[in-house]
Amino acid sequence: MAEATAPATSVDLARGSAKGTGIGASVRRREDGRFITGRGNYTSDINRPGQVHAVFLRSPHARARIVNIDADEARRAEGVVAIYTGKDLAADGIGDLPCGWMVHSKDGTPMKQPPHPPLAVEFVNYVGEPYGIVIGATHFAARAAAELVVTDFEELTAVVVTADANSPDSAQIYANIPRNTSYQWELGDATAVQAAFAKAAHITRLDIVNNRLIPNAIEPRAAVAEHDAAKDEFTLWTTSQNPHLARLILSAFVQVAPEHKLRVISPDVGGGFGSKIFVYAEETAVTWAAKKVGLPVKWTADRSEAFLSDAHGRDHVTHAQLAMDANGTFLALSVKTIANLGSYLSTFASSVPTYLYGTLLAGQYRTPAIHVAVDGVLTNTAPVDAYRGAGRPEATYILERIVENAAREMKIDPAELRRRNFIQPSDFPYQTPVALMYDTGNYEVSLDRALIMADYKGFPARREAAKQRGKLRGFGFSCYIEACGLAPSKLAISLGAGVGLYESGEVRVNPTGNVTVFTGSHSHGQGHETTFAQVVSDMLGVPFESVEVVHGDTGRTEFGLGTYGSRSIAVGGSALVRASEKVIAKGRRIAAHMLEADVSQIDFEKGVYSLRNSNRSLTFGEVAFAAYVPANYPPSEEPGLSEKAFYDPGNFTYPAGAHLCEVEIDPNTGVVEVVAFIAVDDFGKVINPMIVEGQVHGGIAQGIGQALLEGCVYDEYGQLLTGSFMDYCLPRADDLPNFSVDMTVTPCTHNPLGVKGCGEAGAIGAPAAVMNAVTDALGVVDLPMPATSERVWRAAQHKQARA
Amino acid sequence: MQVSLTVNGAQRTADVPANTLLVDLLRDRLRLTGTHVGCDTSQCGACTVHLDGKPVKSCTMLAAQAEGCSVTTIEGVGSIDDLHPMQAAFKECHALQCGFCTPGMIMTAISIVDRSVERKTKLDEAKVRAELDGNFCRCTGYHNIVRAVLMGATNMKETQHG
Repeated sequence: MAEATAPATSVDLARGSAKGTGIGASVRRREDGRFITGRGNYTSDINRPGQVHAVFLRSPHARARIVNIDADEARRAEGVVAIYTGKDLAADGIGDLPCGWMVHSKDGTPMKQPPHPPLAVEFVNYVGEPYGIVIGATHFAARAAAELVVTDFEELTAVVVTADANSPDSAQIYANIPRNTSYQWELGDATAVQAAFAKAAHITRLDIVNNRLIPNAIEPRAAVAEHDAAKDEFTLWTTSQNPHLARLILSAFVQVAPEHKLRVISPDVGGGFGSKIFVYAEETAVTWAAKKVGLPVKWTADRSEAFLSDAHGRDHVTHAQLAMDANGTFLALSVKTIANLGSYLSTFASSVPTYLYGTLLAGQYRTPAIHVAVDGVLTNTAPVDAYRGAGRPEATYILERIVENAAREMKIDPAELRRRNFIQPSDFPYQTPVALMYDTGNYEVSLDRALIMADYKGFPARREAAKQRGKLRGFGFSCYIEACGLAPSKLAISLGAGVGLYESGEVRVNPTGNVTVFTGSHSHGQGHETTFAQVVSDMLGVPFESVEVVHGDTGRTEFGLGTYGSRSIAVGGSALVRASEKVIAKGRRIAAHMLEADVSQIDFEKGVYSLRNSNRSLTFGEVAFAAYVPANYPPSEEPGLSEKAFYDPGNFTYPAGAHLCEVEIDPNTGVVEVVAFIAVDDFGKVINPMIVEGQVHGGIAQGIGQALLEGCVYDEYGQLLTGSFMDYCLPRADDLPNFSVDMTVTPCTHNPLGVKGCGEAGAIGAPAAVMNAVTDALGVVDLPMPATSERVWRAAQHKQARA
Repeated sequence: MQVSLTVNGAQRTADVPANTLLVDLLRDRLRLTGTHVGCDTSQCGACTVHLDGKPVKSCTMLAAQAEGCSVTTIEGVGSIDDLHPMQAAFKECHALQCGFCTPGMIMTAISIVDRSVERKTKLDEAKVRAELDGNFCRCTGYHNIVRAVLMGATNMKETQHG
């Protein structure tokens, strides 16, 4: 890895050649031992004594009024414990599932929100919406009983299509939401954009759809709840990326239980990608029901339920225009988007197509004027919320597709057009016209490195060789930027966020000198137990093996906001740095007393406190012991050696990179082969390069999946047609190539580790790179994602027929 | 009904309803929760176990069908202190992230190597990718899983394991 002031030659560190277990080393993950031997502990692995099993009654209709629910026969069925409906929850004062981000329309009015009871009461608004819970002694008993419930629905006209949802011809789903429009949001200077367009030498226009996706973490959502009647306390084990946030919402808004009476535990969680941030109906109902029936209640989604009821992602319809001068310098960008929010506003739904989207439209470029207008519309489909990248992939997709098309139209090499418009290293800090202030970056270095890795110069020859074989070869670029570690809290709250965006960390040094670290971040595949231990052991100079990382339990960690938006190392890691610094500082005061010297004379390095210009020293362990057995101890200090920190970042971090893709298409079959995918990313400093590379791989796979394979389809009545892995094409091993990954480094300027975050980069950068390559190969302006063989074949045939 | 089978070398008998799937017997009755369920259409492979040495998706057969058979689950492959070479390769290559697909992935990987030994065919990247077709991973993009299977194959042959 190279500092980006020099040409990037990073491979060594990125391949983990840094020795040892400290910062920068590719330490093998300590969590792996339990996972590779089947000793993981996922929510569905948890069984409580006396537990009963829940199955949900789900709407078969996209939009309907519930006329009557007849559960009499079901209640008499063998093994049935209880059956409840939305009315029962409402009668107990269970509140709506809230949306945690208040977006205001351009006219200043607050977004319009439909009521969102956890279990539907009067109306159902998407296929799969839960309206009742059946609890049985066994899963099969509950399931069989659910089949006996007879529900009369009065079907209503469903609104399904994103682009038509706000049309006057569409049905109005909610009485208080005309044109099914929750908000009309805008950002940027429309007048400046208009003026720039008036003097443009060239305008590139693009109508583009960002296809709807279903996240599909391989572990389905699950919840186990129990109620201790003696203490009136609840424990909820659930597949959450942010257990403290779940507790806060279930307590403050849904009012299942007060915060101090509710413990939420996210044990091992099998992937999230955003879909497990949110508080859903099921864990709410299960927790409430545990007290009602006086027994632990367990629910595990089957995959069909996951398809129907996990929050989906993306689903934008956009018209974009890019204005340039004769030289290809960007003058202005205008973007109009209709964003499908689904049937209800999920936990962070409103922020995704607004503050996480419009603010990213400057990308890596010095476009002086940008205006974006977003209509957030409601439809009779599953709620749409953050999915890996959340708004940033949508922004990158538009920008990098339109830039590539502009290059083609103006006959400028796509790399060259980008170079002409890159924000230069000397421009930082750079204020974009869409609110964000980038702190640092060096975009050209990443692109240069990627072009070498891709052998871009050799592409024309490869294209020609492919042509000789009857194949179409294409090359695509995507130079993305993302904003991670949403911050600072004050700004986010002023823009509508309902919670702060800091993170907590605690470094508890035990009397024997080993260390227990508590973090409010949550790992569901990211390897925090390893990475965070690397950071703390490196700082304290204690062996890696002596540092244990605890997360995912409101009963053990004080507070936390969890893991999403690539925030864990930048925010959670920074909190641990701050807490470690406090530990070191207190240790220094203790050591000074013990060594009978002034604090200013004590150095700390590699786990040893030493008195400067002497041979007297104390190990960290000796100081820790003294803190708990304070015989020779500074009178002004409290005993103990445990420190906490809440870290609230001063800004977002801005990872960026260049993703290049080369494809080869067989025009006779429409099969697209990704022959090369190159990603050169700048994540700032990297703690564990092996883990970071793995995150990039996974993101790219989801990005290629979006581009070529994955697409959620509802029919005109709102029935989900892609409701199983047989219909929704998740990438398999032989759909994907090996990835060529490298990194450049411009350290983040405002956090103590200089880190930026890496979790979403691949999913943000990849779709545009792939689609630019596909459209390049086919010689077409656009092709909708996913570029399935059928679509590609049709485009190729159409092209050939016209030729 | 009564089902008797050998699981990870131990004789086990359970009284289960006739419609019990093998995976439910393993997870819910024998509490071998390393075998996971990721779908309901036999697509994801998270539930892969070995039945008389062959890989099967344990969500796709009834427990009763395993009567008299020998089942190996991930718990029977190796322990943290004594890893199977394929498990070790998965760790070494960072071939897992959330770990949920991993048990099924490792059971499949071992079978891929077993088959290649049986048929005296050489494994390469393309072959491994093709043979991993029955197992989903949503985290890794498969890049490191493919590396791990190839490394595990080499190590298995060296140690004559599995």
